[in-house]
Amino acid sequence: MAWTKKDLLGLEYLTEDEITLILDTAESFKEVSTREIKKVPALRGKTAVNLFYEPSTRTRVSFEVAAKRLSADVINIASETSSVRKGETLIDTGKNIQALKADIIIMRHNCSGAANMLARSLDISVVNAGDGWHEHPTQALLDIFTLREKLGKIKGLNVAIVGDIAHSRVARSNIWGLTKLGANVILCAPKMLLPVGIELTGAKTSSNIDEVLKQADAVNVLRMQFERDEGAAFPEQLDYFKKFGITEERLAKAKKDIVVMHPGPINRGIEMSSNVADGANSVILEQVTNGIAVRMAVLFLVAQAKDARK
Amino acid sequence: MSILIKGGRVIDPLNKIDAVLDILIQDHQISKIGKNIQAADAAIIDAGGKIVAPGIIDMHVHLREPGREDKETVLSGTAAASKGGVTTVLAMPNTLPAMDCEENIKLLRGIIAKNALINVLVCGAITKGRLGQELNDMAKLKRAGAIAISDDGSSVDSDEVMLDAFKSAKQYGLLTVCHCEDKKLSGKGVINLGFQSTRLGLRGISNESEYKRISRDIDLAARADTRVHIAHVSCRESVEIIAKAKKIGLKVTCETAPHYFALSEEDIVDYDTKMKTNPPLRSKEDVAAIKAGLKDGVIDAIASDHAPHTENEKDIEFDRAEFGKIGLESGLAISIMELISKKVLSWPELVEKISVNPAKILGINKGSLGAGDDADIIIVNAEKEFLLEKSKIISKSKNSPFIGRTVKGLVEYTIYRGKVVYKN
Repeated sequence: MAWTKKDLLGLEYLTEDEITLILDTAESFKEVSTREIKKVPALRGKTAVNLFYEPSTRTRVSFEVAAKRLSADVINIASETSSVRKGETLIDTGKNIQALKADIIIMRHNCSGAANMLARSLDISVVNAGDGWHEHPTQALLDIFTLREKLGKIKGLNVAIVGDIAHSRVARSNIWGLTKLGANVILCAPKMLLPVGIELTGAKTSSNIDEVLKQADAVNVLRMQFERDEGAAFPEQLDYFKKFGITEERLAKAKKDIVVMHPGPINRGIEMSSNVADGANSVILEQVTNGIAVRMAVLFLVAQAKDARK
Repeated sequence: MSILIKGGRVIDPLNKIDAVLDILIQDHQISKIGKNIQAADAAIIDAGGKIVAPGIIDMHVHLREPGREDKETVLSGTAAASKGGVTTVLAMPNTLPAMDCEENIKLLRGIIAKNALINVLVCGAITKGRLGQELNDMAKLKRAGAIAISDDGSSVDSDEVMLDAFKSAKQYGLLTVCHCEDKKLSGKGVINLGFQSTRLGLRGISNESEYKRISRDIDLAARADTRVHIAHVSCRESVEIIAKAKKIGLKVTCETAPHYFALSEEDIVDYDTKMKTNPPLRSKEDVAAIKAGLKDGVIDAIASDHAPHTENEKDIEFDRAEFGKIGLESGLAISIMELISKKVLSWPELVEKISVNPAKILGINKGSLGAGDDADIIIVNAEKEFLLEKSKIISKSKNSPFIGRTVKGLVEYTIYRGKVVYKN
């Protein structure tokens, strides 16, 4: 099959085949990062713009590395230094970048749906690097890529996602991606952090981490953002760690080869103990490495689809 | 100047008329209604096969003037109204400045006298600056010409202030229109709380934030022994609460808007900000409850909640976009499609919701077609299909969620006080 979409906005909008195509493409790009000269000419002469309205280091750098390994030129725009501060609308900013003849905008934004809006207003490609609580598709793709690499398949796996599901774009993208590929997704969180109707995605819910871990082939542990100013009820930190924190004691009762993932940055001692983060089941740093390959695949595919339209 | 409307299906529920009749208009009144009227000097309108009904009375309209003339003016808003078959509107007081004192109301009434193409009634604000703190002087609002009060766009949080508002409204014969929303519950929500808010990652607004405040306002109105009108009812619990209050004889009336029976949260597919309203588009179950409430009479009226906004305020991130949509020009067609075509209401029942009942609630002598009545009349080609196009919108703002829909029910004539103010 061929990739035809100019944008990557979320995994909800993709088919099983499209997700698989990204993963397969990423697999072929992974090797590039192991070479002496880590560069291929696939996007030579293309310009990718990192447009970040939220502070981010790991995602922005990962995209930048990915684009550069494909030989694209990369421009970084952070909202603190851009005309956004002068009141320019998102669409105007996007149209200006398009007028510079850039090819791809990689955007992080604090409002859900911002990437969707930008994508339908522009002819150039938009890659969502996280929008509000909505989606963070490349994070989920790299999670799924890592899982597939570790366990050989996705279909039939029991994958637990633990933490603040309600406010997590990583959770939403993982839920769509994993369920489309045939995994059983179990969301584990205090009730107040499970959003209304989330079961309609096909995921199951639980508030008992020990029960969930017993069946899980993998556990994806979300970052708890206690600093969030939502006014809504939020669990107390220590209480959360006691009830939901991933510890060695808890893992001892789980499947021996359970894969432990985390999108980073980790709050050691809050959602996961240090021993687990650095332990044998952890694939956290491999996720970071795989992020490059997955993002190379995404940039390559959207650029190719756009060229094919011309 | 006289007009003879010949051979239309005249629907005048107040006088229990639904028959093919002629109507003769002389000056600004209906002079005669009956079969085969002859009038040698009258301009004749052939209404054969058309619906002839009292003009629509839309009791929830934001005309934005004074202050936001970039969104709408009295002139543009009443032109849009006339195209939609609307001959009377109640103008909401959340202008800049708000309609919270005699001076401001007089200013607006001056503009209306000069520019309005149809009847514009003024709703005063309940509190100073619509801030919910200090009650306005209702005697003065009344004297300046307000017929109702509301802090629409906001709800008065303080029970004490709201109770005083009801008491004062009673004393001066003003209708109290309540925007029912408990902000402590709705918070920063932007769409209905449910699977769609979860799927889109947007903050939700619960039904509870609406119906709890409706309960409170009904309770306070009862304590003041006066009537209350609930604006833009959107969810099933609200309909239930109002039904119960009516059953025990409380003086409660309410309205809903076309988007609450024509659209649901599932229509906010791709963060379309034209679908962002307050209250939000609700679930399918709520939509069914609104239709049932219209059918069984719990919901008295349909009003547009016409809320014009510029593209700059709408073509932005969903969280940041303004709440509201325009509706004056599409309300009748959408109501015909959703209520008559789907057999929720008969034509006479629809006319009651859009004209007869609003007239009663507002206490104005309109909404009927008897001899001697004001000649506020619409002639509608109920079977005529047409496309709702952005380029054809008369309102200054274009934020309609119905653009692109093919609908049925074209207003061919709008006559206000004997004068044709719109002709298609």
